[in-house]
Amino acid sequence: MKYVDEFRDAQLIRQAAAEIRKLARPDKHFRLMEVCGGHTHAIYRFALADLLPGNIELVHGPGCPVCVLPMGRVDDGLSLASDPKVILTVFGDMMRVPGRTGTPLEHKARGADIRMVYSPLDALKLARENPDREVVFFAIGFETTAPSTALTLRQARALGLRNFSVFCNHVTIIPAIRAILDSPGMRIDAFIGPGHVSTVIGCRPYEFITTRYGKPLVTSGFEPLDVLQSIVMILRQLDSGIARVENQYARVVPWEGNIPALKALAEVFELRPYFEWRGLGFISQSALRLNDEYSEWDAEKRFHVPGVRVTDPKAAQCGEVLKGVLKPHQCKLFGRECTPEKPVGALMVSSEGACAAFHNYAVRTGATTAASTGS
Amino acid sequence: MPASQQIRFADAQIEMAHGAGGKASRRLIEGLIAPLMIGPLANPLGDSAIVDVEGVQLAFTADSFVVRPLRFPGGSIGDLAVNGTVNDLAVSGARPVALLVTLILEAGLSAESLEMELRAIASAALNAGVTVVGGDTKVVEHGKADGMYITTAGIGALDNRFVCSSSLVRPGDKVLLSGSIGDHGITILLARGEIDLDADLQSDTRSILPMVDALAGAAGPGVRWMRDPTRGGVASALNELARDAGVAIALSEETIPVRAQVRGACELLGLEPLHIANEGQFVAVVAADYAEMALAAVRGAPGGHEAALIGEVRETPARTVISCSAYGGTRVVDMLVGDPLPRIC
Amino acid sequence: MCLAIPGKIVELFPDQPHLAVIEVSGVRRKVNVDLVRDEVPLAVSDWLLIHVGFAMSRISAEYADEQMRLLTMLGEADQAISELEGYEFDQT
Repeated sequence: MKYVDEFRDAQLIRQAAAEIRKLARPDKHFRLMEVCGGHTHAIYRFALADLLPGNIELVHGPGCPVCVLPMGRVDDGLSLASDPKVILTVFGDMMRVPGRTGTPLEHKARGADIRMVYSPLDALKLARENPDREVVFFAIGFETTAPSTALTLRQARALGLRNFSVFCNHVTIIPAIRAILDSPGMRIDAFIGPGHVSTVIGCRPYEFITTRYGKPLVTSGFEPLDVLQSIVMILRQLDSGIARVENQYARVVPWEGNIPALKALAEVFELRPYFEWRGLGFISQSALRLNDEYSEWDAEKRFHVPGVRVTDPKAAQCGEVLKGVLKPHQCKLFGRECTPEKPVGALMVSSEGACAAFHNYAVRTGATTAASTGS
Repeated sequence: MPASQQIRFADAQIEMAHGAGGKASRRLIEGLIAPLMIGPLANPLGDSAIVDVEGVQLAFTADSFVVRPLRFPGGSIGDLAVNGTVNDLAVSGARPVALLVTLILEAGLSAESLEMELRAIASAALNAGVTVVGGDTKVVEHGKADGMYITTAGIGALDNRFVCSSSLVRPGDKVLLSGSIGDHGITILLARGEIDLDADLQSDTRSILPMVDALAGAAGPGVRWMRDPTRGGVASALNELARDAGVAIALSEETIPVRAQVRGACELLGLEPLHIANEGQFVAVVAADYAEMALAAVRGAPGGHEAALIGEVRETPARTVISCSAYGGTRVVDMLVGDPLPRIC
Repeated sequence: MCLAIPGKIVELFPDQPHLAVIEVSGVRRKVNVDLVRDEVPLAVSDWLLIHVGFAMSRISAEYADEQMRLLTMLGEADQAISELEGYEFDQT
């Protein structure tokens, strides 16, 4: 596979790992946060931590849109499916996320019309094919996915499609990063920056991290060589005492972002004054909802959603893991009450959630981790 | 109640996951079905049951086929119904002799479709050298059977050329895979038409008897364990072995044969080829000194040209399957939880 | 976040400029290309980054080649030294 295989070349990976060993001065300890759930998944899937020296610690960030969705919003979505006219469409990632009365998959087994889609356009197609039903699309994702929802809504509007609506849970990445930086006791030396979010927002939005907080950020691709090269670039910056935004993923990420995508976002969405993030609490201006021009396609306006706040079980430490304060295996429920089969929190369900990735991929000998995930 | 009959199943209702061949399936079978239903004659939940009928050892198995759509590139439910059961017998070290075929037909199914499947069953049976000796037919209301459900029961004579059991597996043994993985599951996924993906791919449904025969003939004494990795994929089959035998299985990622289209579809959808169903493959554990002979034999058999040695058995990490990349990274390959769900993230 | 895959354009539709068929290892999918249309027209054999049925970005062969060049230069001398010192990256 072109643009994939060459970035998984074993020899080049070994070389990059050697360079990292050379750059990571043994007297220092480096804490690098990868923001994106996709990077967390890549790190575990490719066992990249095995290649890093022990003094580089990878801290998992909150960039997993399924993980940060509060349980109450899952319940809200599921309540829409209880209307027999509604076909609720969700991405595969959402199917096993637990609400209070079960996951979408379990609700489906009990008779709710919940269908998995691979694209918001599939949901639109369902609406056109089922004019007597109400198709609701459960939209999740950061800025990578939001433009797809926006373009789909534009099409719905152009078609005058009345039986389609969106339950919008899109969130934005910058407020999440800022919340991490402002967390007391947070010590991150640098960031492995979002890759695909950056194809939309570009690299400029991250500049405040370097200027105001003095931390380097390198936007990174997702193949093993991408992540390793980003770490090389970070270490070089840290070594020279500089803090800049660098674009490792230049083959795909335009510095100025994707203008048509940003235009589509501006046309369809507006920022919510605040939104609750699992583990991070309420963050202002951090999530999207449909604006007035598109209110007719807003599921929250068309239907009544309970809007109940559900707090996580006290014992679950999703919040601390999301902020990188705890490693997955340090949560008291990890691997016992909370497993991918019976997840308590979304970090164990989403394949890019830190806990699921750790549970599924990390080789564990006793209670410790392999190599340098900083146990 | 004797310990072996204790129920360990806390789920309130049956979900699709219980049929997916992964952890939930195992929980249902081991925790509820086996304790309540299965009597003392059974061997530990292999692909076939070994039954002693007045001194003659017979392998006895049943399998159900509930695929949608009924016809797909490479075959149809009729082919699966024969090959699936033949393969279960083959990997249990038996020579398949006879099949019973039960048909549950949905009212509204066209006679033409039924005829096509009956012909497929006949043809597959002929090809596999097995006879359909009877069965049963029922019709259920429209909406209750996805067109057609088939259950096939098969009986075979134990072939003494090899003896399979997880208890025979030892560190140092090698893992042999008969060919490319993921073809069937991805073909079905695409054939459902829910995703807009098009690929030149077909199901691998076939009888594995010729390959198993070749293996048994050349390396019979060295064969320790064998499975046909259907739902849940190679990962689930090997995880069951690792747990039953208390060993580690270390796979070498780059040696696992996967067709480019399967890889492409899995990358696009965020799926793992090791979790995808196969209908014409086997995975075996062979003693180290028989491994090369075994590989050569399977490769020389019809359909076995993609066979590969993909890993080995180790002591640690016990009860775990790991996969090692070409550049030295090691990750766990877990058993599937439920159905493989595509992801966007 | 985000599963996005590189795919090569194999078909374009002059009467439907918002669509293209891309191919990944022999698997084809029709995707929406509204987000990557600009003054430079798309052409068959262009590579796009695909996410949930939409092309998010055009892949730059120049940048990819440059990146490969940089990666090839990394750690070459040190890798040789490491192997001598017994780092066993080749263990599988």
